[in-house]
Amino acid sequence: MTTETEMSLYVLILAVPLGLQLVQRVSPLLHTPLMSLTNAISAISVVGAILVAGSGEATPFTKTLGCVAVVASTINIVSGFLITDRMLKMFRKKEK
Amino acid sequence: MDQIWQIAYIVAALSIVGSIKWLSSPATARQGVWAGQFGMLFAVIGTLLRHEVVSIEWILICIFIGAAIGAPLAYLMPMTAVPQLTALSHAFGTLAAALVGTAEYYRIHPTGFVMAALVIETVLGYLTFTASIMAFGKLQEIVPTRPITYKGQNLVNLLLLAIAVGLGAWMIIEPTPVWVFPAFAALSLLFGVLLIIPIGGGDMPTVIALLNSYAGAACAAMGFALSNRLLIIAGALNAASGFILSVIMCKAMNRSFTNVLFGAFGQVQQSTTAQASTRPVHSATAEDAAAIMAGARKVIVVPGYGMAVAQAQHKLRELTDALTKRGVEVQFAIHPVAGRMPGHMNVLLAEADIPYDKMHEMEDINPDFSEADVALVIGANDVVNPAARHDTASPIYGMPILDVDKAHTVMVIKRSMNPGFAGIDNELYYMDRTLMLFGDAKSFVGDIVKELPAHS
Repeated sequence: MTTETEMSLYVLILAVPLGLQLVQRVSPLLHTPLMSLTNAISAISVVGAILVAGSGEATPFTKTLGCVAVVASTINIVSGFLITDRMLKMFRKKEK
Repeated sequence: MDQIWQIAYIVAALSIVGSIKWLSSPATARQGVWAGQFGMLFAVIGTLLRHEVVSIEWILICIFIGAAIGAPLAYLMPMTAVPQLTALSHAFGTLAAALVGTAEYYRIHPTGFVMAALVIETVLGYLTFTASIMAFGKLQEIVPTRPITYKGQNLVNLLLLAIAVGLGAWMIIEPTPVWVFPAFAALSLLFGVLLIIPIGGGDMPTVIALLNSYAGAACAAMGFALSNRLLIIAGALNAASGFILSVIMCKAMNRSFTNVLFGAFGQVQQSTTAQASTRPVHSATAEDAAAIMAGARKVIVVPGYGMAVAQAQHKLRELTDALTKRGVEVQFAIHPVAGRMPGHMNVLLAEADIPYDKMHEMEDINPDFSEADVALVIGANDVVNPAARHDTASPIYGMPILDVDKAHTVMVIKRSMNPGFAGIDNELYYMDRTLMLFGDAKSFVGDIVKELPAHS
């Protein structure tokens, strides 16, 4: 196993319990915004998509796949964040 | 140059962690969204600055196209369609993950550890893609929402998955013939469809949470394939979030987690087909309901998916206002699986401007029902069925429910006596203290509001 892989595994080992802790503290009131926020965050795959689409060694085939992936993940990012914000704007404590 | 993208990635990772942390309370939630967007921006800019990325014109065009499709999608969808939109948005994100995995495979044809990561990424990516599309179809009611089952379904599904896993393992061990990867991808796509077919609309909250978790796992796997720790962190957070939410949903429905993991949702429900009952019920008019509510001190409203369908939340707000003005205390009791998505009811009530400190979780509000004069059930069914407490033969036996039957008077707004989504009869409707208010939820609540001033 390379050091790279080992480091990545350590990151995973730490990130999973962190995620579990963070999410457990989210109020059930906000579970739908939580879903759509994490949905937007899962579009972090845009990073991989850009790397594939912009790679110097890309063949036309992989470049096409990469570009489609960039479009798809951007749709996910933009719609995910916007809908989350739209929802959260509505949560008010007291009436005016 | 190299340091710049690394710093951008660290900022991105921190922002993403902060974004979920801030989402824990409504007071800081919007900050959380900003942090998330900020993090995503840094992730994208950081990636564009990496020396591996040689041509960015096409990428910028693609980002522009994606934003041009995504933004109207988020603004034009009505609030009731949030579950569908999330499912659709999900489909795009996981498609991206799957395509990246595919491109990586064709670029470097790896074996061993990197291929193992790619196999996990692509299988989860492709299956979550079609599964999300199917979930979208069911929620949008393009695809029949009833569970579709056939004999040996689980066997067929498991067999397909086993073949896909077998092909994946083959690709990890040694370079394979050209047909193997396409076959593997096709099986994953097919498996995603088959996974959702047997699932009923009522189980969608769990499914969407679970798909979210798969998408996160796919991202984390991508992080291993590309040695990219930002992807691992964001993916792991996501996988954890989806996992926790689906566990919460499972508990709220009294299902085991293995039951959910293997996609055997909706199985229990079909065993009983509801027989149309002929037992007598007490029905009442809007006038009767208004008279009782006018004299009440405390009213607890229990919304369910029917409220979303009828778009009754705004009328409900009017009713809340009218009752509050008369000195009646109005609270909302929300079951964890009410609606088609975790927290679905809260969003709809918030849309109608109902303050969130009036919405209560099941554990908190259950003791209050015994002192409530009226429990008003709108479009909810299984989550208030007392059979879950004592009838061991009932498919929902053991599921925690809202104790509406303890209220002094129970009012149920319902279209007709047809059994609800799960097809289970509800003994709540036949109680002496229960008044059935037959009609469309939206117009019925409107009628009650109109009748209220007559009672002083």
